[in-house]
Amino acid sequence: MAEKEVVLMKGNEAVAHAAIRCGCDGYFGYPITPQSEVLETLALEKPWETTGMVVVQAESELASINMVYGGGAAGKRCMTSSSSPGVALMQEGIAYMAGAEIPGLIVNVQRGGPGLGSIQPSQSDYFQATRGGGNGDYNVIVLAPASVQEMADFVDLAFELSFKYRNPAMILSDGVIGQMMEKLVLPPFKPRRTEEQIQEECPWATMGRKKERRPNILTSLELDCGKMEQKNLHLQAKYEEIREKEVRFENVLCEDAEYLIVAFGSAARIGLKVIEMCRAEGIKVGLLRPVTLWPFPAGEIARLGRRVKGILSFEINAGQMVEDIRLATDGQVPVAHYGRMGGVVPAPDEVVRALKEKLIQS
Amino acid sequence: MKEEIIIAGFGGQGVLSMGKILAYAALVEGKEVTWMPSYGPEQRGGTANVTVIVSDERISSPILSAYDTAVILNQPSLDKFESCVKPGGTLIYDGYGISTPPSRKDIRVYRIDAMDAAAEMKAGKVFNMIVLGGLIKVRPLVEVEDVVHALRKSLPPRHHDLIPQNEAALRKGMEIIAPAG
Repeated sequence: MAEKEVVLMKGNEAVAHAAIRCGCDGYFGYPITPQSEVLETLALEKPWETTGMVVVQAESELASINMVYGGGAAGKRCMTSSSSPGVALMQEGIAYMAGAEIPGLIVNVQRGGPGLGSIQPSQSDYFQATRGGGNGDYNVIVLAPASVQEMADFVDLAFELSFKYRNPAMILSDGVIGQMMEKLVLPPFKPRRTEEQIQEECPWATMGRKKERRPNILTSLELDCGKMEQKNLHLQAKYEEIREKEVRFENVLCEDAEYLIVAFGSAARIGLKVIEMCRAEGIKVGLLRPVTLWPFPAGEIARLGRRVKGILSFEINAGQMVEDIRLATDGQVPVAHYGRMGGVVPAPDEVVRALKEKLIQS
Repeated sequence: MKEEIIIAGFGGQGVLSMGKILAYAALVEGKEVTWMPSYGPEQRGGTANVTVIVSDERISSPILSAYDTAVILNQPSLDKFESCVKPGGTLIYDGYGISTPPSRKDIRVYRIDAMDAAAEMKAGKVFNMIVLGGLIKVRPLVEVEDVVHALRKSLPPRHHDLIPQNEAALRKGMEIIAPAG
């Protein structure tokens, strides 16, 4: 086995290297802080000279997502990356991809909102990512990395899931994970798929009609409402299968916990320190980290909710995931929220105080 | 072993790159590392700071309010971070431009006149390496040889002729750092 390639890298740079290494066919993006290093790294690495991966600085976010739609429709592994207001601009394209069942990857390195907001880290796009953002009854597979290593590893995972279910996938990161540098074991190289492999694996792809088959049509439009409902039922059945099979989470010191923190991404990293500080004071706190935000680990949270005295949803926003936790626990256990907004990231001691105030002293 | 460090000063002093070289050296030694910069408009001419965490185990929060060690390179950073050093922790500061020196008695305070030393060496750009030398002298987190190795790995080859000067700066810092007061 080849020696592991260990490097020191930013989360954003890790996304770019992982894309090149996992056989990504095309990246289409438009610069925005705090994720510009993705496109910058790709421009430096020039993958079009090595793997043949296409890299385009598009004229806008709208153009980017529609280029991803086009490439995905041809069965290609295509992606884009942006930050919150840029991803807001992409929502129409994402809904169209969900409707036409076109795979593709969107990376959101979140910053403070709403609107143009700030350039500092935030997690206030949880609703945008998990509730659609575009129109219609659809879901996007959402992965929340909590380290530079996961920023890299989730690129391939997101593509795999996206093609397995013919559904757009998103990596929901933020300015902390994008900008920080950590040790990274680079993923192994995987070649881009050949045209023959794509034809075999994606018989639905619109990559030029051969005589022996009928034309493939990929569209989200269906004017016959009966047919449109059938299409929706098919999508809902697919989403149900994803909910059954693809929930991912990490469980840290939950089994003896009296209180539970639920946190994802950078907040989960802060949460690790919070449980360490609480346990040093003799308060048994555990951390449940949803890795997939959709599908949400509702079953695991319900299970843990029956054993603890209270749950704190710690998110760097005004309280979004807390709604999913309340749905999962259905009033069986007190559920509180703590968060900061606009790009302010709380330090662990602030969260410890909030946990005591909201769950223990109340 | 786990050390949570804040390095803070003016933008342009090499705060971020000093943190990066330290993180790289720790990586060379097989440790876990996290380097978290303050980023945004405040870096342009204003203060810049970076959190570096070096550990034998998985690293938790990159966002902290208390540090084992603070490396302080200007007065605004001293005002902001002196109170954030954990009791029993370490504060290292450059005396240049400091009007109100640190006053805490429950931490170990070291002074390093790296700005003056860099001027003496007629090499302003190695200022941050002098400071780093001082840091690894009083907090032996990494070996000086691994810092040199990190420089070789993180600098583009066209700058490798500068490595001996950087190594001299590291050793200078190890020599001149002294308990304050």
